[in-house]
Amino acid sequence: MTDRIDVSLNVNGSSRSAAVEPRKTLADFLREDLGLTGTHLGCEHGVCGACTVILDGEPVRSCLMFAVQAHGADVRTVEGLAPNGELGPLQEAMWAGHGFQCGFCTPGFLMQITALLEENPSPSEQEVREAVSGNICRCTGYQSIIDGVLSAAGRTRGER
Amino acid sequence: MKPPPFEYHAPSSLDEALSLLAEHGDEAKVLAGGQSLIPLMSLRLAHPGVLVDLNGVSGLSSMGRRDGALAVGATVRERAAERSDEVHTAVPLLAAALPLIGHPAIRSRGTVGGSMAHADPAAELPAVAVALDAEMVATSKARGQRTFAAADFFLGFFTTALEADEILTEVRFPVAGRGTGAAFEEACRRHGDFAMVGACAQVQLDGGALKEARVAMISVSDTPVRAREAEEILAGATPSDDLFRAASEAAARNLEPPSDLHASSAYRKHVGAVLVRRALEKAVARAGGSR
Repeated sequence: MTDRIDVSLNVNGSSRSAAVEPRKTLADFLREDLGLTGTHLGCEHGVCGACTVILDGEPVRSCLMFAVQAHGADVRTVEGLAPNGELGPLQEAMWAGHGFQCGFCTPGFLMQITALLEENPSPSEQEVREAVSGNICRCTGYQSIIDGVLSAAGRTRGER
Repeated sequence: MKPPPFEYHAPSSLDEALSLLAEHGDEAKVLAGGQSLIPLMSLRLAHPGVLVDLNGVSGLSSMGRRDGALAVGATVRERAAERSDEVHTAVPLLAAALPLIGHPAIRSRGTVGGSMAHADPAAELPAVAVALDAEMVATSKARGQRTFAAADFFLGFFTTALEADEILTEVRFPVAGRGTGAAFEEACRRHGDFAMVGACAQVQLDGGALKEARVAMISVSDTPVRAREAEEILAGATPSDDLFRAASEAAARNLEPPSDLHASSAYRKHVGAVLVRRALEKAVARAGGSR
């Protein structure tokens, strides 16, 4: 066994730290050490996108980096989208538009889309499809997700 | 799906990183973006005893023009390069290739240098390097700095000229001249997948004729393949449908692509020629030429 290494980082605005084995992925660290089980693990090798979180402003697959690499970073997970237990505008739009069914892939989609809308508040449908191209959903057929994102973008811009 | 244990080092200087590699040799692997290495570890296809993480090494994450080239440091993220106006102006073929790599979240972490050093024959960036005659700068404690032509860097399936104690510290892409256009075309089962076959072209127009054309193909051999016969047909000629057809046939003529689960050899050869033609048409249109 290799020695544990101290990791300190900011998660959803709070300072968190734990000592972890270097081989522990950021995804497992969030779930097991910090108890943030909203980040889901589907494939665990970078194909499905379910574990997507936002690291220093960029969407990343938390199964494709080690927790020790996130030392000092600013991480946002799905828990951060509803800090007071109330749905954020994106979640609201996804809920209203049936943008999920079983919900397993939803946290990854939400974080990927949050990063997209922060960079580009008025994406075209094509840009939305490109942004979520690496997130797999086995239920919806994607259309309701795309519609939800476009509706959320509209709401954020103050349209109805 | 959990990576095997390893000893982790996060050096802050290149010198420190090189010393670690010199010390651990074959046991050690360099970790850049990790978008290929970490899945390989999770699948237990790779089990390095030591990882040397380059992400905290200062001086490797910058990009800039130097001596007629755009020098891209080892840890420049693919997403950062994709967003860079400099890349779009100076190396249009690199700009065309970047959006085809995996998906946005992969490119957030993946690095230009990492993709080169990994040398997947289906990857886009090695083909860009080969097509443009990029210079690959390798650094080690034992040998100092060595520079390889891209054609001498990619040796085979996931194999490069890098020694175990060496780091690919920089890739230098020649800066494109006025009237240059580029395109990268792929046949993929799903968007973002590795291409079953792909072709890229960068052309420069001068008064309606092709001053120069550079063409390379991926997933047709164990390394990217430069289509030199096609380039010779194109050089100095005036763009036309017949010209592009002749060039694309020449590009595929001597190929003997592998057959696997994803595509047969004959399919790769046939579609490869079609993609060369399409890449040329788009590249010429983007260079400002009309046919």
